[in-house]
Amino acid sequence: MSKNNLTRRGVLKSGAGIGAGVALPTIFTASSAGAFTNEPTGNTVTLGFNVPQSGPYADEGADELRAYELAVEHLNGGGDGGMLNTFSSKVLDGTGILGKKVEYVTGDTQTKSDAARASAQSMIQKDGAIMITGGSSSGVAVAVQGLCQEAGVIFMAGLTHSNDTTGKDKKANGFRHFFNAYMSAAALAPVLKNLYGDDRKAYHLTADYTWGWTQQESIAAATEAMGWETVNNVLTPLAQTDFSSYIAPVLDSGADVLVLNHYGGNMVNSLTNAVQFGLRNKQVNGKNFEIVVPLFSRLMARGAGENIKGIVGSTNWHWSLQDEGSKAFVKSFGTKYGFPPSQAAHTCYVQTLLYADAVTRAKSFNPCDVVAALEGFEFDGMGNGPTLYRAEDHQCFKDVLVVKGKENPTSEFDLLEVVEVTPAAQVTYPADHPMFAGGNLGTCNPGA
Amino acid sequence: MFGLEKKDLNLLIIVALLTMLAPFILNPFPTDSALAQFNAGYPDLMQRFVIYGIFAIGFNILFGLTGYLSFGHAAFLGVGSYSAVWMFKLLSMNVLPALVLSVIIAGAFSWLIGFISLRRTGIYFSILTLAFAQMSFALAYSVLTPITNGETGLQITLDDPRILGMSATADGSIPVTNIFGLEMRAATDLVIGPWSFTFSVGYYLCALVMLVAFYLSIRIFRSPFGMMLRAIKSNQTRMNYTGLNPKPYTLAAFVISGMYAGLAGGLLACMDPLAGAERMQWTASGEVVLMTILGGAGTLIGPVLGAGMIKYFENIFSKINEATLHSWFDVLPDPMENGLVWVLEHFVGAGWHLTLGVIFMLVVTFLPGGLVEGGQRIGRLFNRTKAAKDDESAATKPAE
Amino acid sequence: MDAILLQIFNGLDKGSAYALIALGLTLIFGTLGVVNFAHGALFMIGAFCSVTLQRLLTLSHETLDPTKLDFLGNPSKIKTPYIVEWFGADAGNTIIDWSVPLAILFAIPIMLAIGYVMERGLIKHFYKRPHADQILVTFGLAIVLQELVKHYYGANPIQTPAPDALSGVMQILPGVVYPAWRVVYFCFSLAIIGGVFAFLQFTTFGMVVRAGMADRETVGLLGIDIDRRFTLMFGIAASVAGLAGVMYGPINAPNYHMGMDFLVLSFVVVVVGGMGSLPGAVLAGFLLGILESFASMREIITLIPGINQIIIYLVAIVILLVRPRGLMGRKGVME
Repeated sequence: MSKNNLTRRGVLKSGAGIGAGVALPTIFTASSAGAFTNEPTGNTVTLGFNVPQSGPYADEGADELRAYELAVEHLNGGGDGGMLNTFSSKVLDGTGILGKKVEYVTGDTQTKSDAARASAQSMIQKDGAIMITGGSSSGVAVAVQGLCQEAGVIFMAGLTHSNDTTGKDKKANGFRHFFNAYMSAAALAPVLKNLYGDDRKAYHLTADYTWGWTQQESIAAATEAMGWETVNNVLTPLAQTDFSSYIAPVLDSGADVLVLNHYGGNMVNSLTNAVQFGLRNKQVNGKNFEIVVPLFSRLMARGAGENIKGIVGSTNWHWSLQDEGSKAFVKSFGTKYGFPPSQAAHTCYVQTLLYADAVTRAKSFNPCDVVAALEGFEFDGMGNGPTLYRAEDHQCFKDVLVVKGKENPTSEFDLLEVVEVTPAAQVTYPADHPMFAGGNLGTCNPGA
Repeated sequence: MFGLEKKDLNLLIIVALLTMLAPFILNPFPTDSALAQFNAGYPDLMQRFVIYGIFAIGFNILFGLTGYLSFGHAAFLGVGSYSAVWMFKLLSMNVLPALVLSVIIAGAFSWLIGFISLRRTGIYFSILTLAFAQMSFALAYSVLTPITNGETGLQITLDDPRILGMSATADGSIPVTNIFGLEMRAATDLVIGPWSFTFSVGYYLCALVMLVAFYLSIRIFRSPFGMMLRAIKSNQTRMNYTGLNPKPYTLAAFVISGMYAGLAGGLLACMDPLAGAERMQWTASGEVVLMTILGGAGTLIGPVLGAGMIKYFENIFSKINEATLHSWFDVLPDPMENGLVWVLEHFVGAGWHLTLGVIFMLVVTFLPGGLVEGGQRIGRLFNRTKAAKDDESAATKPAE
Repeated sequence: MDAILLQIFNGLDKGSAYALIALGLTLIFGTLGVVNFAHGALFMIGAFCSVTLQRLLTLSHETLDPTKLDFLGNPSKIKTPYIVEWFGADAGNTIIDWSVPLAILFAIPIMLAIGYVMERGLIKHFYKRPHADQILVTFGLAIVLQELVKHYYGANPIQTPAPDALSGVMQILPGVVYPAWRVVYFCFSLAIIGGVFAFLQFTTFGMVVRAGMADRETVGLLGIDIDRRFTLMFGIAASVAGLAGVMYGPINAPNYHMGMDFLVLSFVVVVVGGMGSLPGAVLAGFLLGILESFASMREIITLIPGINQIIIYLVAIVILLVRPRGLMGRKGVME
């Protein structure tokens, strides 16, 4: 073994090099100028669109991205302006945000909290994004929201339905326009009562993770309050693809309603399996057996095909709404891409405009000023009727749609029909509601 | 020096220089240029490079030396992350106790799994480790949510006790991970002309840890213990006949690589205090296998290169979108621009997985020894043209 | 009692999917000695063969109907499949309705071709390489195939419904109904498994292949071109996976990552069955399917929370610890 004996000089040199390496971060103190993280100094401002581009929600992610691109176009004065024309706040004039042209970067969340945070970090650290938005699952939304709070940028949540996002995991820098599981339940319960009566026995199949549990809890509470009985609740693994062994026991459980607390691929498969087992044509307790899917999305409904017909659920928004805001949005989206937008696209588009509007009203990009401008903000003309961004938990309160799979669709997009628009008042809950307890907004963090 | 041979010392010095100068090396393009998209010199990604490097170095001690292919190493990474975050929640935001705990817990966990799995060899061993890891993932995602916070991932909150620290800072924020007061996210920018370089405390901590890990791995490779591990790979039966029991050696290698994984997991949590269950999924275990093979299994530096390559694609290629492509090819005539963009958009943005798959196939088909072999071939070419000494510069010589 | 019976059916049904995929995987492994991580992708491609056929059959002639408006207020398009125009409404719609069974005929040549190209073009070069290299190259291939499918068909699941006549439920025992298509799937997989075994057992070709599996070199020395036969076996294995995918479509709508979902499971099945054993793979497939079904019953979950999440892996660990080479593994294969 020949040992390498370095000369004294060599040791000194390499030692100094390593020493300098260690000391480097302390030599330069503090960081560059700026009152808050990524303060835009040039004539552009960068937004970060963090959506799932791979994994099971890639199609939703693609639709979200289309909506973001459209929003940026409208903010910069391109296209027909979309909802800028119907939005109740009129400060946005198509010259970007505070006169700065809007640019954007995109990233892939892969629907994994880790990857989503890595992607958001790169937007903040490398691209200088001042606001992060997007996502198609609650786990990711909560994870990225936490990151944005730490880094000192605003997070405008995309599609996230769990109570926790604005409940126990709420953050001062995070805002959610989308509705949540509690609202779904509150909107659905009266409709279910009208349609199926108040004497029903419900069997729940629930995705075995946080979102599934909060939704099951909400739906069970709301339906039990109107007289239904919850016969059973069975938790199903997220990775499950064949639900036959969960559906079969429903047949002779004495239940006459099946509630599928599933989303995405889980929902498509469990619903398909339930229909295969003939549940739709079954009579139990002298009543027609019914299936309920509390959270619907049109993209997913398309995946479920024929099976969706007649199934009741709730949704945040649907393109067939006839108010001016929805019509304007559907028109510009449809003209640009050739098909109507999904609810994910809608919420992402609206969130971008709301952020731009808040900055403009606050006359500052500082996250704390933006938070102040968004808290308690009331607006209209964005497709959901009069809406309030509540200050206590940064949740939007607006009308919720109860929808049903259409029996005779006229096109491949025309899959859902609106059964009822449940007014915002009916789905509003106190900020200290037990299902949302345990969280703390903290204070807004401008970073830097 | 350091008890290393000249060749290994040179390698260590090169790696040390590369990691210390990484903020410069990874940011070769001016910030405002179109090519800045390819810059990887921002703290989060640099941290990931070295952390996954540690993970792969550790994995290579098991796989590269003994040939035992574990398909469940992500479980140890995940366990390390969870331990570290729990330390942040209960004790303090100092990273040292967190790292120590994550290494210990991952070591214990890997001892348990290794003890059982090493009763079998070959693919039976692989499937046993896979089964344990998948069980850990499934339970962490669902039943163990009180400990792991399931889908969302374990995060620190404002009302954690943190008995040696504070639950919240004076202005009502969650405190930041630090090492004796030096915050992990503290960073400073150095602006030279159009270039901008970021130096962050977190990165340099990770880099130092990786250098130590790398040094230890060299020592293990060159030690009698490492020799014994290679003997296990080449012929276990013969080893048995010479009166040696291979099991304690393999178990030791398994636990060491589990501790490396735990260390990597702990560091991930130190840089970004969140531990998600997906870190334990089989895809994550598969990723480290791919990193090691892609770089060159059994070589010292290969796994680090493989880790860097995969993370680079995941974080840089996935962020190139159609608009970026159009801006690059603006100067071309429209039909050409659109054609080029149409071809390229298959491979970037949402198509980054495709590029990765193609690269896996190309590398393994044409460079049987992984990226390291590519480096060697270039090196040989270089040497031939320069007609210089041939063996000494082969810093990346495989172990076998 | 009915509940238990139903779970046995469910288990057999899941088991038949596992068994079919594992069978092909073992065939490739046994004949070529290659660890094929792209096998799940072959299953997925099979399913997308039937999606493609469905798309081809419903290729439509578009006419504008000015009386109806689409969502933008333009005249809406009425689509009439060419096949309906050519064969008339009845025959045309029946053909479209039966597209999944028809896809079997469509998929066999495609899968054979894909198998052939894969083996000759890529796998061939990896026979002498370490298993690690085989894993990397086939995993890379799996990613590429999956991304291509995603690019052309999107990430959402696409329904490939069973023919109307088979989409309802079926009375299998007095008082017990079960989805008709699942019964079809079970019978279909039994037929395929039986066919593969008969082929290997009773034909000369099969005999040579079995001999080659046992001792490749000796068979080669006897002057038999074993490589050519193994190429064909790869094609057969690919077709088995593909057909499993075609027929699986009506049970669960195909999506681009269904292969990856099955990949890990099918490896567990093969190893639990024992490396190099075809009957072992089939047996393990059915066994794990049935155990998985029972573990998802409410009574069992209440007893042991979370057992449905881990049952397959738990069983795999127990079996591998009790029986070192799985259920029916041969000595010395990949140990």
